[in-house]
Amino acid sequence: MLRLIVQRLLALIPLLFIVSVMTFSFTSLLPSDPVDLILGETGTQEQHEMLRERMGLNEPIVVRYVQWLGRAVQGDLGTSFFNSVSVSTALMQRLPVTLSLTLVSALIAVVVGVAAGIAAALRPRSLIDRLATVGATFGQAIPNFWFGLLLVAIFAVNLRWFPATGFSPLSASPVDWLRSVTLPAIALGLSSSAAIARQVRSAMVGVLQQDYIRAARAQGLSSRRVILKHALTNAMVPVVAVLSFQITVLLGGALIVEQVFAINGLGTLAIGAVRQQDIPMIQGLVLVMVGLVVVVQLATDVIYGLLNPKARPS
Amino acid sequence: MSDDALLDIRDLRVTYWGKSLLGFRGKAFDAVKGANLSIRPGQTLGLVGESGSGKSSIANAVLGLVPANGGTIRFGDVDLAAMKTRYPPDVRGQIQAVFQDPYSSLNPSMTVEDIVTEPLRVHTTMSRAERRTRAVELLGLVSLSEEHLERHPHQFSGGQRQRIAIASALALAPKLIVLDEPVSALDVSTQNQIINLLYERRDELGIAYLLIAHDLALVHHISDRIAVMYLGHIVEEGPSDRVYRAPAHPYTRALLDAVPVLDPDAQRRRRASRKAAPARETPRLAAQGCPYRNRCPFAMPRCEAQLPPDYPVDGGGTAACFLFEAPAGQGSARLRLVQA
Repeated sequence: MLRLIVQRLLALIPLLFIVSVMTFSFTSLLPSDPVDLILGETGTQEQHEMLRERMGLNEPIVVRYVQWLGRAVQGDLGTSFFNSVSVSTALMQRLPVTLSLTLVSALIAVVVGVAAGIAAALRPRSLIDRLATVGATFGQAIPNFWFGLLLVAIFAVNLRWFPATGFSPLSASPVDWLRSVTLPAIALGLSSSAAIARQVRSAMVGVLQQDYIRAARAQGLSSRRVILKHALTNAMVPVVAVLSFQITVLLGGALIVEQVFAINGLGTLAIGAVRQQDIPMIQGLVLVMVGLVVVVQLATDVIYGLLNPKARPS
Repeated sequence: MSDDALLDIRDLRVTYWGKSLLGFRGKAFDAVKGANLSIRPGQTLGLVGESGSGKSSIANAVLGLVPANGGTIRFGDVDLAAMKTRYPPDVRGQIQAVFQDPYSSLNPSMTVEDIVTEPLRVHTTMSRAERRTRAVELLGLVSLSEEHLERHPHQFSGGQRQRIAIASALALAPKLIVLDEPVSALDVSTQNQIINLLYERRDELGIAYLLIAHDLALVHHISDRIAVMYLGHIVEEGPSDRVYRAPAHPYTRALLDAVPVLDPDAQRRRRASRKAAPARETPRLAAQGCPYRNRCPFAMPRCEAQLPPDYPVDGGGTAACFLFEAPAGQGSARLRLVQA
């Protein structure tokens, strides 16, 4: 197992290198000149030249990349062009917001999806199965921003159970945090729980027909043990693959849901940065997002190995 | 039938229901239509029949995997058919099973140790160390060794996997093991090894087998008695040698005739007699009448109207065929007469 983790970690090095090169060069290839962006239409030719020199923009791109990478490795991702805030600081402020939203919705998606999938798989073609299938279709078809607005209208505006907008940090008050994160997490997690439910259902139906399930029942194991230990462990193998993909989807979806609930997360930051062409901020955001996806993939590979002996390096 | 039987099945019915559109109970299909079987301690009953004949349904009913829809399954002092829920632990441990396909009957995410000791973990209070000791013992019984404990099923061949399944079935020292086509998924060379292994363990440990297979010749080697099933009915039952060498029911004869013989002339004669038999195949028949009447070369008008009861046959056992209605001794004579 340790060997698998080390293997995967080593494989990250070339991946992160490629990503950093792409991030850096994409933003450098933009048609807009950062100096023009900062100084605007005003400023003399001299001021432009000075700033260009100060920012090191006259250096060849390889030199600039190495300098940028050297600072990035130390956690210095530069300064925003527009409000002189350190990119790292801005990211670290917003990251917990988006992370808690994503993780809570992933949790909801897994719990709801796995439960619905098992319930449907235990009795294929039953009423429960059909309801779950129809529910999953709606869940995947409903856009998360619309579902979010619906939740706000019902549970925040009419019933007043949850706040309609905003985010309270976990460190300040866990209760307020949970109240503020519940509705957006449900809105965000809906389509993922539907996707997971479908996957769990089909994987479970397949596994439950295997002879080792019949053998386990014949040995007199309780249904609970048969379903949760023998069937679910094997059915989760394809589900974990879907889950890791869904977490990536959730990270993207969070950007939109944050807008609906007026939450200051990475999404709000990203939209502002792109609109203003705040290049260091965009670079930082991309790196953080890629980092998150890579961590999720690593976790997926490890869980995969735990669940499926065939996937372990021998 | 006999009071000293370990397992005694009377009038067993197994019914499956289809599902209607909304998931409610739909059409009924009887897979087993009133079967009688009996196994004594330490003996083997071979249950043969083509696919769809209901032999696996009997196995599933004995194992409690499908409910009986009538009849009794007496095991020792308890009637398994009457139990709506899982069997009580003391009964459960005494009936184990080995299934057909060793590639799907072992949980791929478990180690051999986990698989072999799973029944012990659930049904006994043995400690981990005790279970491991027992696991090594069990692997020894199936000619595997301690070094295999930590491995996973995918690292084994088909024959080895079936050995692991047998070890797991032996874990609780059961009185009865249901073998559902235990070798039909294996290579011919491996088949013999597994059959011999089963044979040796049976005599050593005094286990009774309910052996389900479609190959009469193979079943004959290991069984004390053989029962032949056709479309949910047991059409013939008797001592292994008698059923194999002097089959009574026309269906059993046809089953044995399907095995080619090493004599071109005999083979030609048999082909001719096969062609003489009516070839109407209607597997789903109306409830009344003999299930085999449409394929039977000796079918009589009364076979349409009435289900033949079990008549005694010379050499032991019974056949559900009107040809044997006459007192014992004359039935086979009549059969020979009809054939001549």
